[in-house]
Amino acid sequence: MDSPALRCEKLVKRYGTLAAVDGLDLEVRRGECFGLLGPNGAGKTTTVEILEGLNEPTAGSVEVLGLRWDEDERGLRQRLGISLQETHLPDKLTVEENLKLFRSFYAQGRPIDEVLDLVELQDKRKTWTEKLSGGQKQRLAVACALVSDPEVLFLDEPTTGLDPQSRRQLWDVVLGFKSRGRTVLLTTHYMDEAERLCDRVAVVDKGKVIALGTPAELIAGLGGQQVVELATRTPVVPEQLADLPAVRGARRSADGVALTVEQLHVALPAILDRVEPLGLTRLSTHNATLEDVFVHLTGRHLRE
Amino acid sequence: MTAPPQPGAPTSAMAQMTLARLRLFFREPGAVFWTFGFPLLLSIALGVAFRNRPPEPVAIAAESPELLQALGRDPGIKAQLLDDPSARAALRTGKVDLVVLFGPPIAYLFDPTRAESRLARALADAALHPHGPPATVDLPVTEPGSRYIDFLIPGLIGMNIMSSGMWGIGYVVVEMRTRKLLKRLVATPMSRAQFLWSFVLMRALFLFIELPILLGFGWFAFKVGIAGSLPLLVGVSFLGAMSFAGVGLLVASRAQNTQTVAGLINLVMLPMFIASGVFFSTARFPDSVQPVLKALPLTALNDSLRAIMIDGAGLRAIAGPLALLAAIAVVTFAAALKLFRWR
Repeated sequence: MDSPALRCEKLVKRYGTLAAVDGLDLEVRRGECFGLLGPNGAGKTTTVEILEGLNEPTAGSVEVLGLRWDEDERGLRQRLGISLQETHLPDKLTVEENLKLFRSFYAQGRPIDEVLDLVELQDKRKTWTEKLSGGQKQRLAVACALVSDPEVLFLDEPTTGLDPQSRRQLWDVVLGFKSRGRTVLLTTHYMDEAERLCDRVAVVDKGKVIALGTPAELIAGLGGQQVVELATRTPVVPEQLADLPAVRGARRSADGVALTVEQLHVALPAILDRVEPLGLTRLSTHNATLEDVFVHLTGRHLRE
Repeated sequence: MTAPPQPGAPTSAMAQMTLARLRLFFREPGAVFWTFGFPLLLSIALGVAFRNRPPEPVAIAAESPELLQALGRDPGIKAQLLDDPSARAALRTGKVDLVVLFGPPIAYLFDPTRAESRLARALADAALHPHGPPATVDLPVTEPGSRYIDFLIPGLIGMNIMSSGMWGIGYVVVEMRTRKLLKRLVATPMSRAQFLWSFVLMRALFLFIELPILLGFGWFAFKVGIAGSLPLLVGVSFLGAMSFAGVGLLVASRAQNTQTVAGLINLVMLPMFIASGVFFSTARFPDSVQPVLKALPLTALNDSLRAIMIDGAGLRAIAGPLALLAAIAVVTFAAALKLFRWR
């Protein structure tokens, strides 16, 4: 039981000349919820599919629960639960029939009823898949991954395109699974999702891990807990504000400057003093997020 | 491979997969119609079109009243008096099959490529020369076993086995691939061979619906019987279903979207619709292509079904085509398994 749940080293996946994954190292511990955070096209899905044994790496090594995919694929699959980024379950099977079908592939698992309770689809059990809402379909997809009571659960962008309430319902499912001591690997481009669910996060960009740690550690790496964003009538450049007390970082933002700040009550009066003559048009503050971490590391936004 | 049964274990994967196949089929009204309803409608339509009835009289235009009278003696001739230009116009538009011109000598005006015209010519000849060539005796053929519908029903069974195998497997598999469902399934410990077998099993089960419908209809509507053994007929149908299940899987093994597979299915099926003796005998084609036609799975299936239903053939008589069907089933299934793209 000492081996990590997932491990890959120097993972490379090339499609022609394009390197979708470009030397990626990762280690996911047992019992943690690990997030791959990055923009679209960063190589998250390719990485996850290689870990899931659905895609072959060009180079590098992969271990799942201490085993390699070519050792015992069927045995390994018995122990994993996988929800792909995009799967259309058969339209005209009911929720229950879908779950029974998936349950039948596994030697062990949880009763259908329990799983239905877990994803709150008990009252939809006789409903055809095509009649479900987007959130319900996604919960069914996750339920199909949970029927085997897996040791590791893979979720590839589980809440993309869902409304806020559906997202929160899905988060509860993931947190419930994690609370049973199981491992989760999820990919997302939502920073709030990563902050809410993940014990540790790897920020992925252009096929590489560019930062790794708990959400709190990554945010602390910015040097300040608060972000001040402002814009002025006469253009302001980051260098004009970087030397102010309690300001730990300054960068250009869309229409002005974004500052990372340690103590808001110290920094704010000084900032206001300096930008007053330039004609302040907008000023807002928020707690630093993983989005700020990503922008800090790459100069780009996650959703770009 | 089967997992050992566990307490509270669910039903077997094979059963669940086959159940899912059947459910998805019967919940798709279009698929049900094309598989079961369409062949039935087709056999009704063709049965009605080719039903046995008194022969249609041939229409002949005559130029003179004497000719008209001579022709009118034969009940198989519907003669009318027309002058030369209108008779020619009637011939051109197909209102009459033959124009008889006053002689001597008496002349026949007709298009020799039209079967009715040649028939009309023969009847007119007989009517105008009652003491001519020696008389012969006509023996009309109406007993079961030699009518068109007797030929048609086995052909329709064969066609149905082919098209439901190709569409029911080929199309469905590719749809699952485009919906990423195949990928999702191989992410589970599902046995891939069992998955493919579930389609084959479904096809076998469907025979128990397809065969009674067409055989029952043929019997009740047209008294089309089975001269040979029913178990052998079922066995041959099963072998045909296996063979087209294999071809369906092979066609679906690489195709990435449903348009591609629909094109491939038509490409495979269309030549067999025409050339494998569904609606008319393969003997109509030149001798030089006969070996090719004999190698087609639908020809083998249709020939075997007809041999059993019409001639009462036994297993030995149809061993050749059956061996061909079995070989096609094995080879296509093996090739499909090897080529199959799961993602």
